Amino acid sequence: MGKLSVDLCGLELDNPVIPASGTFGFGYEFAELYDINMLGTFSFKGTTKEARFGNPTPRIAETPNGMINAVGLQNPGVERVISEELPKLAKCFDKKVMANVSGFSVEEYVYTCEKLDKCPQVGWIEVNISCPNVHGGGMAFGTTPEGAAEVTRAVKAVTTKPIIIKLSPNVTDIVAIAKACEAAGADGISLINTLLGMRIDIRTRKPVIANKMGGFSGSAIFPVAVRMVYQVSHAVSIPVVGMGGVSSAEDVIEMLMAGAVAVEVGAANLVDPYACKNIIEDLPRVMEKYRIESLRDLKIQ
Amino acid sequence: MLSICTGQGFESFYPVRKEETNMKQSIFTIKENVALTSNVYRMLLEGDTSAVTNCGQFVNIKLDGLFLRRPISVCDCEDGILTLIYKVVGKGTELMSSMGAGEKLDVLTGLGNGYDTSLSGNSPLLLGGGVGVPPMYMLCKKLIAEGKQVSVILGFNTKDEIFYEDEFRALGAKVTVTTVDGSYGVKGFVTDVMKESDYSYFYTCGPEPMLKAVYRTSVTEGQFSFEERMGCGFGACMGCSCKTITGYKRICKEGPVMKKEEILWES
Repeated sequence: MGKLSVDLCGLELDNPVIPASGTFGFGYEFAELYDINMLGTFSFKGTTKEARFGNPTPRIAETPNGMINAVGLQNPGVERVISEELPKLAKCFDKKVMANVSGFSVEEYVYTCEKLDKCPQVGWIEVNISCPNVHGGGMAFGTTPEGAAEVTRAVKAVTTKPIIIKLSPNVTDIVAIAKACEAAGADGISLINTLLGMRIDIRTRKPVIANKMGGFSGSAIFPVAVRMVYQVSHAVSIPVVGMGGVSSAEDVIEMLMAGAVAVEVGAANLVDPYACKNIIEDLPRVMEKYRIESLRDLKIQ
Repeated sequence: MLSICTGQGFESFYPVRKEETNMKQSIFTIKENVALTSNVYRMLLEGDTSAVTNCGQFVNIKLDGLFLRRPISVCDCEDGILTLIYKVVGKGTELMSSMGAGEKLDVLTGLGNGYDTSLSGNSPLLLGGGVGVPPMYMLCKKLIAEGKQVSVILGFNTKDEIFYEDEFRALGAKVTVTTVDGSYGVKGFVTDVMKESDYSYFYTCGPEPMLKAVYRTSVTEGQFSFEERMGCGFGACMGCSCKTITGYKRICKEGPVMKKEEILWES
């Protein structure tokens, strides 16, 4: 057991660093740059039942210390992920990958999770409940405890692998939603997804992004993420994966101290393709500096 | 921009993947940064240019205080010197314009596919509009080195905006300059000259209305270089996806150069 290792829902990770879904594709772009087996694992591109081409462009806007994206879950659909992306991934990644799943109805989540649960390469299924429910007036599943619990229960009924529910921060009471997921059988919680944001080009008087609004991420949101990870991890007894603006080894330590057992890194990968590699390589130095022996149970005093 | 709202018969909404990459992240030193016009600058960068393998590629520059990198097309690359020509249009390029010799920049090089010169025939026509002119320079140089008879049409709004006319002539190309207001060269658009030209193939880069006009005016096959707001610039975020006749593509990875026959314009 290495000094950096942590446990995520019963599966050991060599280190707590996990590239977040949507910032790492299916791994290849990065595997061409460095051996991605050094990662704890990574969460692959959000996958849905059907192929999706996503939103119109522009899909990206810059913010102070961050960015907004409205990519719109572009992905080839679960069948092709299993028949094409996973076999290609097997050539460059020996570890278990985290499957990231989105859906627009409970049935879609169930369909996609059930398929991915049967893939030996998949270690965990991270369920993104920030999508609008087409049968529920377009309100996102993750915005109510009932909606979150409904997806969790349905997905748990058809899977054997650890189910990690990824929570949206765009809610009134994230703790109530996390507790509802735990009660419905979730094996873990990951948070935070992006914050809803918007930018306007004052020259053209138009929103910068074609979709008008998008998900705000990057170092600017780190304090919000730390706060929510702290609140949720102290309210549930299942493991919490922390994410939101993490861009350094110090940020990883801070997120672990907030109560996370592992940490996802998102937007930082887009600015620096070596971000996760650099963070992992820098962790021992930061641990030594702060006299940290192990990254397990690294609670605040 | 390219269409993403039409299109049927797509088997996959994930890109036709470009398998190989030559991307490299390294630190470059500014050798020179001078104004060519009131808002267009030329920056010479010294460093490891080994990842720049084709004309028409771009680099992505990290700037202090800005989150996302800034993609800039490569104008020239020779002997470890990278030439970038950029127009000040926002915070990033404004910051670049204020930098001086000796300052360092973190640059991702070797991004994008670049132009395929093997299809050019013997008398290719190059059409550059505004800051679409710079990538035409390295392309022109390559085509001339391959023994082609190259004609270049450079389009600007007005005389004060013109740059690199002499540089293209020095390469040995036949150069025509157009200005919209007629203050220099041929009055009108690059396509007004294109209509009167004989050419075996064409290559173009410029603002979208110009690219559409070139598409309509052209009588041969050709290649277009596109621009889009990018997140990463190396294919990870899907921020710059577009739909083409041959499937979904990322402007940053499978582009920025597309062949005429692949293009689906937004209706």
